[in-house]
Amino acid sequence: MAENGVGVSVRRKEDSRFLIGKGNYTDDINLAGQTHAVFVRSPHAHATINSIDTSDAAASDGVIAIFTGDDLAADGIGPLICGVTVTSDDGDPHRAPVHSALAQGKVNYVGDHVAIVIAETLAQARDASEKVEVDYGVLPAVTETSRAADDGQQQIHDIAPNNVCFNWPFGDKTAVDAAFEGAHKVSTLELLNNRMVTNPMEPRAAIAEYNSGTEEITLHLTTQNPHVHRLVLSAFNQLAPEHKLRVVGPDVGGGFGAKIFVYAEELVVGWACRKVNRPVKWTADRTEAFLSDAHGRDHVSTAEMAIDENGKFLALRVYTKANLGAYLSTFSTMVPSYLYAFLLAGQYTTPLIYSEVKAVFTNTSPVDASRGAGRPEATFLLERLVDVCATDLGLDPAEIRRRNFIPVEAFPYQTPVVQCYDSGDYEAALDKALALADYEGFPVRAEEAKSRGKRRGIGLSSYVEACGIAPSAAVGQLGAGVGLWESAQVRFNPTGNVQVFTGTHSHGQGHETTFAQLVTEQLGVPFEDIEVIHGDTAKTQFGMGTYGSRSLAVGGVAIAKACEKLIVKGKKIAAHALEAAEGDIEFADGNYTVAGTDKAMSIGEVAFNAYVPHSYPEDLEPGFDENAFFDPLNFSFPAGTHICEVEVDLETGEVEIVKYSAVDDFGKLINPMIVEGQVHGGIVHGIGQALLEGCRYDSDGQLITASYMDYAMPRADDVPNFDVDYAPTNPPHNPLGVKGCGEAGAIGAPPAVINAITNALNIKHIDMPATPENVWRAAQSAV
Amino acid sequence: MLTVNMNVNGKPTSGEIENRTLLVQFLRENLRLTGTHVGCDTSQCGACVVHVNGVSVKSCTILAAQADGTEIITIEGLANNGELHPMQQAFMDNHGLQCGFCTPGMVMSAVDIVNRNGSDVDEPTVRKELEGNICRCTGYHNIVKAVQAGAKNMGG
Repeated sequence: MAENGVGVSVRRKEDSRFLIGKGNYTDDINLAGQTHAVFVRSPHAHATINSIDTSDAAASDGVIAIFTGDDLAADGIGPLICGVTVTSDDGDPHRAPVHSALAQGKVNYVGDHVAIVIAETLAQARDASEKVEVDYGVLPAVTETSRAADDGQQQIHDIAPNNVCFNWPFGDKTAVDAAFEGAHKVSTLELLNNRMVTNPMEPRAAIAEYNSGTEEITLHLTTQNPHVHRLVLSAFNQLAPEHKLRVVGPDVGGGFGAKIFVYAEELVVGWACRKVNRPVKWTADRTEAFLSDAHGRDHVSTAEMAIDENGKFLALRVYTKANLGAYLSTFSTMVPSYLYAFLLAGQYTTPLIYSEVKAVFTNTSPVDASRGAGRPEATFLLERLVDVCATDLGLDPAEIRRRNFIPVEAFPYQTPVVQCYDSGDYEAALDKALALADYEGFPVRAEEAKSRGKRRGIGLSSYVEACGIAPSAAVGQLGAGVGLWESAQVRFNPTGNVQVFTGTHSHGQGHETTFAQLVTEQLGVPFEDIEVIHGDTAKTQFGMGTYGSRSLAVGGVAIAKACEKLIVKGKKIAAHALEAAEGDIEFADGNYTVAGTDKAMSIGEVAFNAYVPHSYPEDLEPGFDENAFFDPLNFSFPAGTHICEVEVDLETGEVEIVKYSAVDDFGKLINPMIVEGQVHGGIVHGIGQALLEGCRYDSDGQLITASYMDYAMPRADDVPNFDVDYAPTNPPHNPLGVKGCGEAGAIGAPPAVINAITNALNIKHIDMPATPENVWRAAQSAV
Repeated sequence: MLTVNMNVNGKPTSGEIENRTLLVQFLRENLRLTGTHVGCDTSQCGACVVHVNGVSVKSCTILAAQADGTEIITIEGLANNGELHPMQQAFMDNHGLQCGFCTPGMVMSAVDIVNRNGSDVDEPTVRKELEGNICRCTGYHNIVKAVQAGAKNMGG
């Protein structure tokens, strides 16, 4: 093993700059002559725009320009798009209302974009924005997921009757219904998956600059995928030709999905810099982030399981209404469809599954992927339902899971819902988690808590997810507008140090460290001589960016493939220099040797020869710099069991998590320290959903949780320390043997927490977030 | 407009500012000390914490004018001649940061927590005291470890 190579908890390279205040986030960038932008946003959830009067605002101090939707349209700037098509049950594609980056004629949610005000200073832009007079004709608002498609509801978009975006049945309904008819027992559960605001700590921002000499726009953004931004902004929004648009995602302060999408502000700022011929800068304040970032989750579901007399699952039937908000965000349609229904098998052998998803429009912020995206919704539904099944049959929650697990010898395992799981050992993870959580000792702890007037509960969640989001052929068949491979370039400089260019993007995941570990392991170059570069379309070749826990499982393999090409080319160079046959050259630990001799040269010397090819193979190109692309054959299927133990105060409804144990299968770990950090963060994201976070609109469509005073983010004193362990299996299709780890915690945690609370209170169900008030009410009704 | 003078990271500075300028705006925009971050608009997230006369302050919550004549330390002023402060080192050693955005405020708060509670500050106290600093990435586990490790190193 190389020092600082694979499997070592190397301290992170990126920390050196973050810890001394030398990070370079979008709002840290200032350009000569820059102007400042503020967006005029709709205060109404649903209204016609009768007129916009900008005359007072235009006369305000420091104002340079004010633009509205008509200005965008006049320049041929296209509407924002949704990149994934879902076919509705009537055979037509999902209904896609026109989404102009600045509203035209109508606004559809509070925070919808009406105008951009550009001024010399931010304060001047803000002052002037308050002087833009918009005459609105207020319409009734639709906000409730469960009722949005009911007859008689206000219509939001003409193109979408009954506010339905798509109705998407999946599975053999006849067979499933028949299985229910003959079942020994049917367990049912109605539940909602609470709406979340993703809340990376860095608010979204953009700063755009136009060079009239080169006719190039440079757009620095809070993005998880600069090339995807550039592609969409060029091909669909006509901002600039792809080769005349540079998109840079510099240091980005967290993403969790919210920074995947192409947002109105980004397009408008990019366009406006050319209009005013000066740099334009915009940074969201937190209230704007709450109002206009794409939100996550927001499902209302009914789930039923048919079970035989041995506790085996016979069939699953699921009806879900999913809120997509006012417009379709970039990847919104795939979240409650492919990323949700295809995960409903979970870790179980349930042979028959039918689901029906009705996606609806409401007068709320668009909803799209948020850490886990569809998979937390599927997992919460299934793992809660499994606990209800256990109660209904009088079985221990661990036992009912064990009876239904896909056995280790059954992999690769074709589920009835498209996915073919490549590897897993679910019982091994369960057993390890039960031991880690001291599951057997729980009754004693529960009794002890009871003696103090508290109630203890323990909850399991055995999740599987599909990530490493890739196979281009698969996503193409499903209606995605892009391929999902990844690219890498590994370049030796003449002096022997190495630059690694990746198409993925790091916004907290530590790629600069993990990827350097891969390279030092493979090429033998010292860790400190390797630099990982990402996030700039002018530096790196096209890549798909980071989301869906794909960076290592897809992007890491592309890097390994590029390294392999270098090793092969180096053999030819070394053979020539060492006057040996190429077949006699071996490579190990950064050195080429002639087998059976002491003749050797380092890969650094080979690189120098490649750039100074005075004595060099005639048939070989100079240079030591290789590209590679990787398009995997399957998704990555991390899985595991999480066990949460809670103590509930019946007087106050307060829930304390007293112990949390997680055993995950992420395949091989490159940097265990970083992986464990991802697990911790994911779990707390999930605990936040389970206990604290609930995004709420009132019936007028006002967002009543639009600040950290009203929306409860998990804080240090809300959560415990975690016991984390692994039960790895080897994914056969992944050359590095790795699986994704970034979302697992957010997927596994919510049902573990809620199962613990229902266990403590001996109740069937409690909706998330299980706030003290909700828990107290549930406890009263249970007593 | 008014003129403010303060000592920032050991250097005397002054600036012409609008009366409504917040301390964090003065630091970020006038002095281009962009290590101090703004993560919210309600004084909740703590990304903007700096030390004013040795005490942690959310710099989004006071006017620059109120800081006139004070001594300010920001994240850029914590390391000593290129050597990380023990708390910065502890955050690195314990993987107490991921995206790095909340980190400057976390570290500045952490130093203040240790200054007030001593080098053997216990875990519940650290968690309670970090209540005003929000992190979305780490789940706090490693931040708490880092603060306790940093506390020991500061004390030693």
